Amino acid sequence: MAIGADKEMLAELARRPGRDTLTSAIVKGAFITVSLLFLAALLFAPLITVFATALEKGFDVYISSFKDSDTLAAIRLTLTVAAIVVPLNTIFGIAAAWAIGKFEFRGKSVLITLIDLPIAVSPVISGLIYVLLFGIHGWFGLWLQENDISIIYAVPGIVLATLFVTFPYVARELIPLMEQLGNDEEEAAITLGAGGLMTFFHVTLPKIRWGLVYGVILCNARAMGEFGAVSVVSGHIRGLTTTMPLHVEILYNEYNFVSAFAVASLLTLLAVVTLVIKTFVEWRGYRKR
Amino acid sequence: MSVRTPSILPGFGITLGYTTFFLSAIVLIPLAALVAKAGTMGWREFLDVLLDPRAVASYRLSFGASLLAATLNGVFGFIIAWTLVRYDFPGRKLIDALIDMPFALPTAVSGIALTAVFAENGWIGQYLAPLGIKVAYTWIGIVVALTLIGLPFVVRSVQPALLEVQRDLEDAAETLGAGRFYIFRRIIFPTVMPALLTGFTMAFARAIGEYGSVIFIAGNLPMKTEITPLLIVIKLEQFDYTGAAALGFIMLVISFIMLLSINLLQAWGRRRLVAAGR
Repeated sequence: MAIGADKEMLAELARRPGRDTLTSAIVKGAFITVSLLFLAALLFAPLITVFATALEKGFDVYISSFKDSDTLAAIRLTLTVAAIVVPLNTIFGIAAAWAIGKFEFRGKSVLITLIDLPIAVSPVISGLIYVLLFGIHGWFGLWLQENDISIIYAVPGIVLATLFVTFPYVARELIPLMEQLGNDEEEAAITLGAGGLMTFFHVTLPKIRWGLVYGVILCNARAMGEFGAVSVVSGHIRGLTTTMPLHVEILYNEYNFVSAFAVASLLTLLAVVTLVIKTFVEWRGYRKR
Repeated sequence: MSVRTPSILPGFGITLGYTTFFLSAIVLIPLAALVAKAGTMGWREFLDVLLDPRAVASYRLSFGASLLAATLNGVFGFIIAWTLVRYDFPGRKLIDALIDMPFALPTAVSGIALTAVFAENGWIGQYLAPLGIKVAYTWIGIVVALTLIGLPFVVRSVQPALLEVQRDLEDAAETLGAGRFYIFRRIIFPTVMPALLTGFTMAFARAIGEYGSVIFIAGNLPMKTEITPLLIVIKLEQFDYTGAAALGFIMLVISFIMLLSINLLQAWGRRRLVAAGR
């Protein structure tokens, strides 16, 4: 959201003559009420429920939910998967943005569309494709079994599915940003004798840093929170292949609501932190298009 | 890809090479595996899977619920975007930031939280139950979950478009005696419509594929409250890889069509802005 333009508009609205009629006030009141009621029912109530249910039996019970070894294993797995996936997709995003944003070549728009594909694909399909490749009856299933390698129903499958789902996040943030910033400064640096890496770290990186932060936090939030794709490849082996969202499902299906919502509350906090950083980055002047 | 404009900047080969390699390894080859798997089926077998009554019931539910949810998002998303752009009230900025919550919140969390709120003993469900409205474990619950998931799409695409509306035109129209609805219909709506349609299509596309938030609130009864993505998961759990691939292939085709429509709508919106001299 362009905050600057927003402010101008509100200021202009305040100066506007002939708008302070009773009808205007009623229309305004109705719009605000409908908006708030809609958001309260659909967004605020569920968010509050998460914490209310998690703390239903008191703070001690809430804390003890996290002492369970399977819950700890799920938290550890989620952090591990994010620690592998986010850097890989960040490096990819930077490489893709450099190639696409700084050079003109044929087939560029096709490449951008292909990079964006995973966003349009159902999470279930994102898991399914890896099962079809590496599952027992998949293309490489037999070979993997003979060589005693497990990908599906194991951690590598979870990493692959998460990589797919979060694939475009950094790239789609950086590509338009690099295109928009142009090549002049980089060309000056190269002409003056700087190497490629030096140019990137000293000229390009400082210019794109907020876009990079933006892409990385969104990528991270999705990586830690993905459910559908991971659910298909995980096999739901308690304590071994369950990430936090999958563990929430297991606890919930066992009617262990306090623990389910306790783990869910951690994921909600992750979402809140993500939004805070995102708002901060926007406030620093990085504008979403 | 070999034809490119010369540049003194280094690193084109290595970055494009890596991009193509990683894209192929993670996205293109696995997607090709799905198409290839669906391709191993004969036409007969393929159609048998697709036209199975349970599958057809799931399409009807997935499409119907997604269409309804996207429409609700179109209406309420527009109202919320209008409220956030045109009015000032305490907490406006906070609410503006919270609109992105459904993007950031893991879908499993949205799913269990919505179920808790709309269950018969939940905060909202308890007032709906006496009216005979059951939300959780029915198709209504699916619509509620899909509406939450799609909400940010419409709001975020309509907001910038509303800022583009030329206020001087509205003033001129008002001076010339146009009423509120006339101004809305002739000035505001035409400017915002491409963005509204884009947001609607994005919300619809997302809703069709959504899985995590739906399965908790849906009840998941075959023929009644079973969405297509869930049917794919069930087929996989029964090791029916070809059946899953056939349904997956159809969903992939639908995703492509959606992606294409969104791109065309966005291009149309930009052309209209240029034509309007903005």
